[in-house]
Amino acid sequence: LKLFTTLRDDLQGNVTAIKGPGGKWMIPPDAKESMDQSKIGLKGPLKTPIAAGHPSMNLLLRKTFDLYANVRPCVSIEGYKTPYTDVNLVTIRENTEGEYSGIEHVIVDGVVQSIKLITEDASRRIAEYAFEYARNNQRSSVTAVHKANIMRMSDGLFLRKCREVAETYKDIKFTEMYLDTVCLNMVQDPTQFDVLVMPNLYGDILSDLCAGLIGGLGVTPSGNIGANGVAIFESVHGTAPDIAGLDMANPTALLLSAVMMLRHMGLHEYGKKIETACFDTIRDKKVLTKDLGGNSKCSEFTADICRRVVDMD
Amino acid sequence: MTLRAALCALSRAVRPGGCGGLPLSRTLQVCGATIHASHPRQGSTYTPPPARYGGRHTVTLIPGDGIGPELANHVRELFWFCCVPVDFELVNVDSSLTAEDDINNAIMSIRRNGVALKGNLETNHNLPPSYKSRNNLLRTSLDLYANVMHCQSLPGVKTRHRNIDIMIIRENTEGEYSSLEHESVPGVVECLKIITRVNSLRIADFAFQTARQNGRRRITAVHKANIMKLGDGLFLECCKEVASGYPDIAFDTLIVDNATMQLVSRPQQFDMMLMPNLYGNVVSNVCAGLVGGPGLVPGANHGEHYALFEAGTRNTGRSIANRNSANPTAMLLASCLLLDHLKLPAYAHMIRRATLSTVTETRMHTADLGGQASTSDVIKSIRNAIQSTGPLTQSI
Repeated sequence: LKLFTTLRDDLQGNVTAIKGPGGKWMIPPDAKESMDQSKIGLKGPLKTPIAAGHPSMNLLLRKTFDLYANVRPCVSIEGYKTPYTDVNLVTIRENTEGEYSGIEHVIVDGVVQSIKLITEDASRRIAEYAFEYARNNQRSSVTAVHKANIMRMSDGLFLRKCREVAETYKDIKFTEMYLDTVCLNMVQDPTQFDVLVMPNLYGDILSDLCAGLIGGLGVTPSGNIGANGVAIFESVHGTAPDIAGLDMANPTALLLSAVMMLRHMGLHEYGKKIETACFDTIRDKKVLTKDLGGNSKCSEFTADICRRVVDMD
Repeated sequence: MTLRAALCALSRAVRPGGCGGLPLSRTLQVCGATIHASHPRQGSTYTPPPARYGGRHTVTLIPGDGIGPELANHVRELFWFCCVPVDFELVNVDSSLTAEDDINNAIMSIRRNGVALKGNLETNHNLPPSYKSRNNLLRTSLDLYANVMHCQSLPGVKTRHRNIDIMIIRENTEGEYSSLEHESVPGVVECLKIITRVNSLRIADFAFQTARQNGRRRITAVHKANIMKLGDGLFLECCKEVASGYPDIAFDTLIVDNATMQLVSRPQQFDMMLMPNLYGNVVSNVCAGLVGGPGLVPGANHGEHYALFEAGTRNTGRSIANRNSANPTAMLLASCLLLDHLKLPAYAHMIRRATLSTVTETRMHTADLGGQASTSDVIKSIRNAIQSTGPLTQSI
């Protein structure tokens, strides 16, 4: 937040940080109202206590605002070395149904069934979002990831919807690939992928796989797009209670999510400034937080980025 | 052929169960010992598959699609060259037909012979759900419940990570691959993922026994029980139960998305991994990619009575079919696993050593490893390696 105040602020102060309420089955009404008004949110990690009696906060947010698309752009960060360079892809994951529908039954003692739900509407919606995203962000191809050879009807339906939507977006190349082939090729040559669209479970696995390619959850931004134009951008790492309050955390993930948010709002200029400043700081390696390999404090890291932003003006 | 048919008929009469001459006991108890006794590969109770006449084994060979037929041929020629006492019963399965006769013939042949080597069978996923995946049919009909893949970094193969040595045990018959789907309401499809206690205990026990046999110290179970609480929860529970019976082997668990992230950043931390069907698919492909690609890793599918060997990542390689550019290593190593299973370790060792030396020392690499050699170049190099150091072979 400190960073935003160093910019010339045109944002009308509609950035709301959402905190978890105490044990109610819904988001507190004032937070919800604020979100409905502003339509955009930025969120840090939310802790779900085990056996708290209420569903996970993240799940609650997702349901309340119908956040159907999870977008995770994975771009290699210069200066943070991983065995994979030149990664530049986006994973778009259907966020509401699929394997995570949570419908499970014990049929007889010792036999459990989990239901994976795929619906036409959700598949069409996510496919449309994926192609829109590709178009708006100058991406050349969209790849649908599936396992229709085994799950013929469910992933078959997902594929059919993707194909239908692809017909209306002739300028974007559409391919389909099996999940295992994607995994195999991803770890050998991630440059061959551009935008990936997939149902919930595959999306979960693949987006984390891609995050691992660029350096982990500490540097990966993420956005959740909902119906009615709502969008919540968040960092996907954990709450890290062991370093909370110690000024040791790495704010990169949240910062890059904020950059995504600015881009979503159309404020590309600001987004670019912050992003460049952030990457420059990491590339310079002078003030890095502990997890990036340095031993500076979080505030020093942020101060350096602020300084660069100011210098750019 | 008539003699063999007569022999088969005779053996069926003698053993009315018709299966591989092994105790048919299916009672599964948690502690290692009981299952040990009925395990087909254990100690003195093990006899090789029954299709053995005059010291020569009969093995079903299913060439498959794509690069399958050419590689199957190479295996056959190499076995002939090395005078391996194996005769292949060739069963062609045409995956473009919708009738299941072909695959049923293959299944019958494998029941007869007890062991098979196969290429991947293409599944056209645009066909309606009544057309089941042929590979899956094989696995479920023969109850090949364990898929074993051993991913090892090979010196001489350029990869981003070094020193990887992971053994992956994947449940092969249930989970997401149950192929039970229905459209309850138009536009809404439900797919059932089934996890059972029996199968989970079985695969966990298989994993722990395999770990013990191969000197593995740690097993990591991969799951998503935070979301699929009942399904993967049951799987985890069964694994923990079995783990308690093997105190010499460490056991921990990892959520699948975290597991893939760890695999691409630090794969050296894993020893053996155990998981249900779909995660197994993902993780085994990731690991295969990490060690050099689909052309290098063989896979084995084990059941109580049958065993099926194939290339680990089950690719058809349609785009490189018939171009003499496929990497035969995976298929050849799979055939070595086959020879191990048939209790012919000398031949297995000979072929394995030659194959690996071609990859690591001679560095004769096909296109998928970044080289320019053709399949036949590689095969020739392997033959030379065998000829120069091995026992008597046929003349080239």
